[in-house]
Amino acid sequence: MKVFLLTLCLLGGFLISPAQEIQSYSFEELEKKITDESSHQYLVVNFWATWCAPCLQELPYFESLSQDFPNAKLKVLLVSLDLEKDKAIQFKEKKQLQSEVVYLNEVDFNAWINKISPKWSGAIPATLMLSPAGEKKFHEGEYTEAELYGQIKRFIQ
Amino acid sequence: MKIYVVLYALLFLLIGVNADFVKEQGYQVGDYAADFALEGVDGKTVSLQDYQNAKGYIVIFTCNTCPYAKMYEQRIINLHKRYAEQGYPVVAINPNCPERSPGDAMSEMKKRAEDKGYGFAYLQDLSQETTKAYGASNTPQVFVLDKESTGKYKVAYIGTIDNNYKDADKADVPYVQHAVDALMDGRKVPETKTKAIGCSIKWKMS
Repeated sequence: MKVFLLTLCLLGGFLISPAQEIQSYSFEELEKKITDESSHQYLVVNFWATWCAPCLQELPYFESLSQDFPNAKLKVLLVSLDLEKDKAIQFKEKKQLQSEVVYLNEVDFNAWINKISPKWSGAIPATLMLSPAGEKKFHEGEYTEAELYGQIKRFIQ
Repeated sequence: MKIYVVLYALLFLLIGVNADFVKEQGYQVGDYAADFALEGVDGKTVSLQDYQNAKGYIVIFTCNTCPYAKMYEQRIINLHKRYAEQGYPVVAINPNCPERSPGDAMSEMKKRAEDKGYGFAYLQDLSQETTKAYGASNTPQVFVLDKESTGKYKVAYIGTIDNNYKDADKADVPYVQHAVDALMDGRKVPETKTKAIGCSIKWKMS
């Protein structure tokens, strides 16, 4: 019986694990990914962390964007700035996040914050929108659902 | 009259809702910082001018609850140990609204300061006026001030403590130390402005 349970646990863990995968990126890699992915679609990059209450508050609004704008070619990329990647993995699994989540594995923030936007103080949440035409819109702070919806609507028009 | 009202409303709409505008506020390096009078964990009100022998200050907006603030806590304690006697005390200000962030209530601040043996003043900015005046955006965020012979406080550095939040031993650019050392030696501060990821300040709901 014990062995059976153990096997079940292991098997269960094995079956679930692919869904939990979150890739780690250096800033350079993330920058490249952002450039690549925004070349053919609208890309909404949200910087968040599981310890950041306002981030979690607005996260569901980002999750529903692709349903809100079914006709727009739009992708949401959630960049976790958690202290440990495991936190993001657990959260993604628990909340069944549909958007792609990546983990930014950097310790020297000052080296890259300005590259996302010179306007960014470093506080999260923060959101960067990019269009295939190369337009960028940066926003620091939390969105209400209506604000985010309105912002995206204006941006993709 | 009517047109003024409309214009005013328009202006308000244009700038009032634009968060970027708000962020432009606050001190830049080279500006003079205003003094404040804030209550500390010992129940006393503290101002910069109370430090008669200070040559400058390491003003740090920090709090009880932010994971980054916690990771930097020991480094903040060490900064005070290292520089207070040399005339550059740490003055920590908790900017968070305790209604929005109960872990930042004065009672919690007292506990934390006692548990960790803070040697420095840990003050609460309930009105958030000081935080706004300085233009602090996240915790932890440092403002190194140079006290001039005229008694004015000139902002010499704004930013993060060092370049590795996870591991103090691996941080090889201690920005705040560099700034204070430069002030003590009468040199130019090598890097005057840096940024760091931090927790946004929990502003009062108006």
